Amino acid sequence: METILPLLCGTMAAASIYLMLSGNLIRFIFGLVMATNAVNLLIFIAGRISISHPPLIPEHLPVSELPMANALPQALILTAIVIGFALLTFVFILFYRAYQTLGTVDTESMRFAEPVEKEDVSDTKAMEGNGV
Amino acid sequence: MINLADKNSAVRFARATCVIPLILFLATSFMLPRTIAGGFYRFEFPWIPDLGVQMSFMLDGLSVLFALIISGIGFFVTLYSADYLHGHHQTGRFFVFLQAFMLSMLGIVTADNVLALFVFWELTTIFSYLLIGFEHEKESSRASARQALLVTGAGGLVLLIGFLLLEIISGTYEISQMESVAPYLKGHPLYGVILTTIFIGAFTKSAQFPFHFWLPNAMAAPTPISAFLHSATLVKGGIYLLARFHPILGGTDAWTMTLVIIGAVTAVSGAFMALGQSDLKKILAYTTITALGIITLFLGGKTTSSLTAAITFLLVHSLYKSALFLVAGIIDHQTGTRRIDQLGGLWDSMPFTTFAAVAACLSMAGFPLFFGFIGKEIMYKGALAQTMFPILATSTVVLCNALMVAVAGILVIRAFLGQPGGDYYATVREASPYMWCGPVILGGLDILFGIAPDWVGRWLVEPAVRAIHYTRDDIELSFFHGINGPLLLSIITLVLGIRFYLKHQFLYKWINITFGKLPITASQAYDRISESVVGLGKIQTRIIQNGSLHRYFFVVVAFFVISAGYGFFSHCESFPSIAFPLISWRELLLTIVISAAVITVVMTRSRLLAVCGLGVIGAGIALIFLSFGAPDVALTQLLVETLTVIIVSIILLRLPRLGLKPIKYRPQRIFDASLALGAGVLVTTLLLAVLSHDLDRSVTAFFEQNSYVAAHGRNIVNVILVDFRSMDTLGEIIVVATAGLAGYALILNRRSK
Repeated sequence: METILPLLCGTMAAASIYLMLSGNLIRFIFGLVMATNAVNLLIFIAGRISISHPPLIPEHLPVSELPMANALPQALILTAIVIGFALLTFVFILFYRAYQTLGTVDTESMRFAEPVEKEDVSDTKAMEGNGV
Repeated sequence: MINLADKNSAVRFARATCVIPLILFLATSFMLPRTIAGGFYRFEFPWIPDLGVQMSFMLDGLSVLFALIISGIGFFVTLYSADYLHGHHQTGRFFVFLQAFMLSMLGIVTADNVLALFVFWELTTIFSYLLIGFEHEKESSRASARQALLVTGAGGLVLLIGFLLLEIISGTYEISQMESVAPYLKGHPLYGVILTTIFIGAFTKSAQFPFHFWLPNAMAAPTPISAFLHSATLVKGGIYLLARFHPILGGTDAWTMTLVIIGAVTAVSGAFMALGQSDLKKILAYTTITALGIITLFLGGKTTSSLTAAITFLLVHSLYKSALFLVAGIIDHQTGTRRIDQLGGLWDSMPFTTFAAVAACLSMAGFPLFFGFIGKEIMYKGALAQTMFPILATSTVVLCNALMVAVAGILVIRAFLGQPGGDYYATVREASPYMWCGPVILGGLDILFGIAPDWVGRWLVEPAVRAIHYTRDDIELSFFHGINGPLLLSIITLVLGIRFYLKHQFLYKWINITFGKLPITASQAYDRISESVVGLGKIQTRIIQNGSLHRYFFVVVAFFVISAGYGFFSHCESFPSIAFPLISWRELLLTIVISAAVITVVMTRSRLLAVCGLGVIGAGIALIFLSFGAPDVALTQLLVETLTVIIVSIILLRLPRLGLKPIKYRPQRIFDASLALGAGVLVTTLLLAVLSHDLDRSVTAFFEQNSYVAAHGRNIVNVILVDFRSMDTLGEIIVVATAGLAGYALILNRRSK
């Protein structure tokens, strides 16, 4: 079991990087969502998953006597999930606004801040004309 | 309050600043008795005590001579500039720069600590940059200022290396203490490196070949600045440095050979180029290069007479050249032109200026009864006594002096005698007394010092020479040495000079044609170098910051894969084992489903299918969490995943469809895929490597022990979040709130348009 989940983790990392390299904002979003999940899974596995008893202390005891799942990575992942969600939401809105302004989802044509020298001057002017 | 916007009060204020150089001049004069007696003054203040660095100043004969030249000429230049700049809207700024420059220049010649000297050195570079570029609306002015800054600034940095090496070897930052270890320094393996750095610093500052080109270009500065910086002070900084380090590093063959050869090349090329100019200021600039070359040449020697020649000529040149620059400024100011071929017959309308010009020019030409004559005699004496290359040195000096005679002839005869040239003639007036008093007094000093050289020799030159050179020989300047070699050379110089003058129009053409044929000049080399630096910057930007998100992301991931991969595989003994023990059907099924969803998201061209795939992945992960004892995480994951899918769907409805041709550049995508695959393999490998070691559970154990006992909570994960690490959770909430605010601002920004 400790071998197959790392493989899954690597697969998700590879797929998300491939998607984010595609040059299309929509695929970039997919890649980002997948990367968030892959990293959370990574932390989870690295905290060892041999014990499946949840980290809860029984009702009548001050300290649990049974071995429990590692509580620390769980706390970390909980935080990571929420922060990842906040980041994703912001990125979605940012991409949406970028699309509204620039009219494209192709990252290679998004040259407003760093215009291509000489040959693309007309494009830049057109973008400025769009009223950014 | 002084209202600097009002032009009259600005002039009055500017004129009042001449008190600063005057006070400094008088204060330095009071130090003369002690330096004449061979003593010195030394002051020190703590500066960076932790590093053992102190701000120390030492005034000996050499420093006092330089300080007198700087503050004395500074006084006249200040008076002169107030009228020269009359009506300029940035008068105040000019005088701040001018006085600041003068103070930093005084710092150079009095500092005893090499780090203090370096700081003042760079300060003069900065203020000269500001002063050369004073007419900053002009492109040419800015370019000249930048050139001077780059050349002298680079030289200054090289000089710093030399100073630090000196400290490392001699163990002190104080120049006055370095002399005692001079023999050790000269035998040290790094002596050559130190010498080179000191030379580069001095040569860039003092416009020696091949760094001479910035000086003529610096003539873009207002003329009083040229009079001050480019004849008497700034460019003498390098000379001062060479003189100051003469007892410490000088006297070796390398020292003498370099200085004599570089000085000779600079002097001769400067003199010829001077004759090829028609702008008064450019003529003076090139003759300044010649003078600096001659002084450098004499500093190469180690005999009393050659060092006396260097110091004497330094004083001679400062006096006549600053007077001549000020005269050139008056001519420009009153007639509106500086072109020698448009000038003539100024003597009857400008008597005072004419007097100053004639006195200074005759001093430059070295006529008897003028200070220049004394300087020339002592030069010939020094040149004949040069321990190396006496023939080269003597012929260089004779040739240069003869050319100076010709230049002096051109200036006096063509500009002041001759026929009136332009239409300005009818209206031209003498300048105001504030302007002509400086050149007249400086010209007068040329005569006074020429008639009474003993006094100058004993009071100024001798203490300066003795400060850098131990000798029992007498050092005296006298009017007549008798019929000897130097006198003979003086006569040859005059005859030769007159011949050059008579042929000067031919020489003018010949020089311009010859220099036009040179394959590359130093100035062009500078341009090429600076252009190629800019070009390199552009290429580098195009490669590194080309605006392509794909490129940036690719580089970041590739760097991760290479560095982490190299770091891991170069240290691990064996590849982590891949074993498949007891895989339960539940986990296997989950893995297969998630993998299928991942492949679907990557391959599909349908937005809906991709969103479904993402949902499956998220839910699958939640199930993994659930089956390994993390119900809280699984719950959160499920909630967040649901929200994410909803938001992605909303956004996707507003974005265009996925293109029919998602893969644009096939070879590029193969690279992308290999990189992604590499990253995936690396992630798996690293994770397996981590898992093959034992886990340190001490932190978790602490939480397990104390969750109920200390924090009264039975759900350990919750207790960690809200109690043990509650500040982290607060930070997390702030991140969420900030992201929400930022997103809201983005939407609002669109609405308001």
